[in-house]
Amino acid sequence: MTGYVARRLGQAVVVLWAAYTVTFVILYLLPSDPVEIMLAGGQGGEQSTVDPAQVAALRAEHGLDDPLPVQYAHALWRTLHLDLGASIQNGAPVTSQIGQALPQTALLTASALALALVLGVGTAFLSTWTRWAWVRTLLLALPPLGVSLPTFWVGLLLIQVLSFRVPVFPALGNEGAASLVLPSVTLAIPVSASIAQVLARGLRTALAEPYVETARAKGASRARVHLRHAFRNATLPALTIGGVIVGNLLAGAVVVETVFSRVGIGRLTVTAVNGQDIPLVQGLVLLAATVFVVTNLVVDLLYPVIDPRVRVQGAPRRPRPSTRTLVGSAS
Amino acid sequence: MRTRTPLSALTLAGLLVLTACSGGQSSAQNPADATPVDGGNLTFAISVDSGCIDPQQVGNNDALNIGRQLVDSLTVQDLDGKIQPWLAQSWEVSPDATTFTFHLRQGATFSDGTPVDSAAVKANLDGIVALGAKASLGSTYLQGYTGTQTPDPQTAVVTFSAPSAQFLQATSTMSLGLLSVPTTTADPATRCDGSTLVGSGPFTVGSYTKDDKTVLDKRKGYDWAPTGSKHSGEAHLDSITYQVVPEASVRTGSLQSKQIDATTGIASQDLPQFDGNGFWTQRRANPGIPYNFFPNESRPIFSDERVRQAFSKAIDREQLVSILNPDDVAVSSALSASTPAAPDDSAALALDVDGANALLDQAGWVEGADGIREKDGRKLTVTVTFWQSTTAVLELVQQQVRAVGIDLQLKQGTTAETTALQNSGDCDVLFYNLTRSDPDVLRTIFSTETRNVNHRAHSQVDDLLTQQAATPDTAQRAQLVAQASKLLVEDAHSIPLFELSTVIAAHDDVHDLQFEGSSRLWFYDAWKQS
Repeated sequence: MTGYVARRLGQAVVVLWAAYTVTFVILYLLPSDPVEIMLAGGQGGEQSTVDPAQVAALRAEHGLDDPLPVQYAHALWRTLHLDLGASIQNGAPVTSQIGQALPQTALLTASALALALVLGVGTAFLSTWTRWAWVRTLLLALPPLGVSLPTFWVGLLLIQVLSFRVPVFPALGNEGAASLVLPSVTLAIPVSASIAQVLARGLRTALAEPYVETARAKGASRARVHLRHAFRNATLPALTIGGVIVGNLLAGAVVVETVFSRVGIGRLTVTAVNGQDIPLVQGLVLLAATVFVVTNLVVDLLYPVIDPRVRVQGAPRRPRPSTRTLVGSAS
Repeated sequence: MRTRTPLSALTLAGLLVLTACSGGQSSAQNPADATPVDGGNLTFAISVDSGCIDPQQVGNNDALNIGRQLVDSLTVQDLDGKIQPWLAQSWEVSPDATTFTFHLRQGATFSDGTPVDSAAVKANLDGIVALGAKASLGSTYLQGYTGTQTPDPQTAVVTFSAPSAQFLQATSTMSLGLLSVPTTTADPATRCDGSTLVGSGPFTVGSYTKDDKTVLDKRKGYDWAPTGSKHSGEAHLDSITYQVVPEASVRTGSLQSKQIDATTGIASQDLPQFDGNGFWTQRRANPGIPYNFFPNESRPIFSDERVRQAFSKAIDREQLVSILNPDDVAVSSALSASTPAAPDDSAALALDVDGANALLDQAGWVEGADGIREKDGRKLTVTVTFWQSTTAVLELVQQQVRAVGIDLQLKQGTTAETTALQNSGDCDVLFYNLTRSDPDVLRTIFSTETRNVNHRAHSQVDDLLTQQAATPDTAQRAQLVAQASKLLVEDAHSIPLFELSTVIAAHDDVHDLQFEGSSRLWFYDAWKQS
C-alpha cells in the first residue's frame, strides 16, 4: 500500500509539472503581449498611448524580455519554492489572489455537490424503484435534459424569476446563505444529471444480474435488494466519474460566478485568461491540476473500501464502468 | 472570415425595431428642486474590475469612476470644457506653454492629515513619471516633464522641455489627481488594492475586494469642493458601494428590481424602460476621439487617398446613430462634440454614395460580378479587427460600404488578439476610441511623431498638431485644432463613425449624480432620498 501511494504521488508530481509546462509554452506562443493588454485597461478598456520605451521598461520589469528558457527556468524555480509570483495586471501576489477567491468557490462547489448528490441519487433511485412506467420514463428523461441545458441560461432564468420578478433571493454578491441558493442550484443541475445518468444505468445493470435474483430467491426484501446489493455495485461506476464531476463543477463555476456576480476562482480565471496574465493563469492551472490529481487519488483509494475484491487482489486498479461485471458482493 | 451570423442579424433587426418604437423619447432628469438629504449608501454597478482602484494607474472607465471620488485635482474642468480652480486657486502659463505656476489654496489636507502643499504636487508628478508605463494615462500627459520647483508651500512651478498646452487640462483629470506623499512612493500593488491609497478627495477607501465590490466612505471634515459644486463641506452620502456585475442582463434586472441604485452599464436597447417609471437616465458623449476607423496607409489599398475618401463617404453616420441611443447625434469631426474646441466638419462627413463611386472609378477599382470592386485581379476587401461590443453598428457599416463595392470584413477577437494585431501593424483598419477632454488627443493618436495610427509620412497636419500643443491661447489653439481636424477628415486619415456616450441610469431616489468634464461620474453632490 505504501509503495502504491508513493507511486501515485510521483505520478501526481509529473502531472502537475506537465500541466505547468504546457500552459507556459502555450501562453508564450501566443502572439499578444500581456503588458500591452494591461495598458489597454484589460476588458472594457480603451486604447493605450504609452510611450514605447516605457512599455519596454515595464516588460523588462516582469522579465518578459528574457529568453524563453530563462523565463521558464526562473518561473519553475520560483514555483518550486511555492512562490507563484505576482499578477502582471495589478502586481498583487498570485497566492493571495487565489487565497481570496478559493474559499468562495469551495463553498459554492461544495453546496452544489451536496445538492447534486441528493438530486442525482434520488432521481436514479426513483427511476429504478418505481413500478409506474410513466414515472420511470419521466425521470429517465431528466438527466439528458439537465446535461444539455446551458448553465448560463438556467442561471439567468432563475435570477429573472426568483430575484427580479419575485424578490426571494439576491441576484448579486456572496454574502450570506441566501446569496448561495440560486448559484448552487444552477451549478447542481448539470452535475446531478451526470450522476443520475451513470447511477441509473449502473442500477439497471446491477438489478439484471443473477446475484440479485439469488438475493431475491433467498427472501431479501425489495428495499434490501435495491439498497444493499444493487446500489452498492452501481456506486462504483458513479465514483469513477468523480474526475468528470469535479471538472463539471469547476467549469460550471466560471459561468455561475459570472452570472451571479460572485467572487471566485472561475471569475479570476476569466480575467486572468483575458488579460493573458501569465503568472496568475499558471497559478490557477496548478490549482486545477492539483484538484484533479487529488480527486482521482481519493477515488482510487476509495475503491478497495467499496469493492473488497480490489483489496484482495492487492494493488487497486480502477475498473472501467462499462465492462465491469461484479459477481456476488457480500450478502 | 465573414463573421456575421444569423443571430447577430436578428439582434440588429431587433435593435432597429426597438429604436423605431422609442424614437423621440427624451431622457428624464429627476426633479432638481428637492432638498438634499445627508446619509445613506448608494450602490452603483460597474461591469468590469480591472484589479486596481488607484486613479494614477488605471485607464479603464469603471476604475477611473472610482478613483475620481478619492482624489482632488489642481484644477477642475466644467462641462463646457473650461478649466476652473480646485486645489489651485489660480495659475499662470508661460507664453511658450512650457512653464505652469500653480497657487494652491490653504487648508486642504489628505485623509492621513498631511497638507496638500507644493511638496505634495512635486511628489505626485515625480511619482507618476517614476511609475512609467504603469501610469498609462498620466505618463502620456507628462511627456517632456522636467521637474517641479517649490518656492513656497503654496506655489508649485511645473516645467516641460517642450510646449505642452494640454497639461492644464491634464491637471483636472483623476489621472494626475493628488495622493498623499507616502502613497506616491508606496508599492504600486498596494496602491491598486487601496491599502496604501490616501487622497484628499470627498471619499476614502473603505474596502476593496477584487471582482466583488469597492466601498468608499465619506471623508470627515472635507471642505474644498471644486468650483461649480452644488454644495460645500462634506459629501452627502455616507458611502458608495461599487458592485461589479459582469453580466449585462443582470445589471438591467438589478436596477429594475432596485437591488442597485444606479449604473452606467445598461445596454442601449434596455435603456427606454428606465425613462420614467420611477427611473431617470442622462447621457453625455465622451470627449476625445470618437469610435473611428484608422486606415493603415502603409497598405497598398489605403495608400490611395481616393479609396480612403470613398470609404468615408460611403458611411451613413445618421443611420449609425439610429441604432445606438435615441438622443445621440451623428459624429461631426475627428473629435467628439463634447471635446473643448471640437470643430464642425459634418459637411465632410455626409453620406455621398455618388462621390464615393466616382472616386473608386477614378482610382481604377471596377465592379466585379459579385458587386465587389476589383483592380489588377485583387478584390477591394479590407478587414477590421476589434474587441469592443459594437458588432451591430459595425455590421451596419459593412452593409453601407458594400453598396459602393467595398467588402468590409469584421473580425471580432479578444483584447489579446486585437492588441497583438494592432501592435504588429498587420491589419488594414484599426477601430477604437479614446476618452480625453482635450483636443491634444488628436496629436497623441495621429501625429507621425507619436502613435502615428495611420503609418503615414509627415505632412502639414503634423505641423498643425505640434503648433496647437504650443499655443496656450484658447481661441488660437481652437483654430489650429479645427484646421488639423479638417485635414484629417478630408484626407480620410480619420474616418469617425459614432461617439461613445456614457449613460447614467438611476432610480428616482438618486439625485444629483453628475458627469464631470471627461464624462466620468462625480458623486460629491449626489444624495439619496431615504
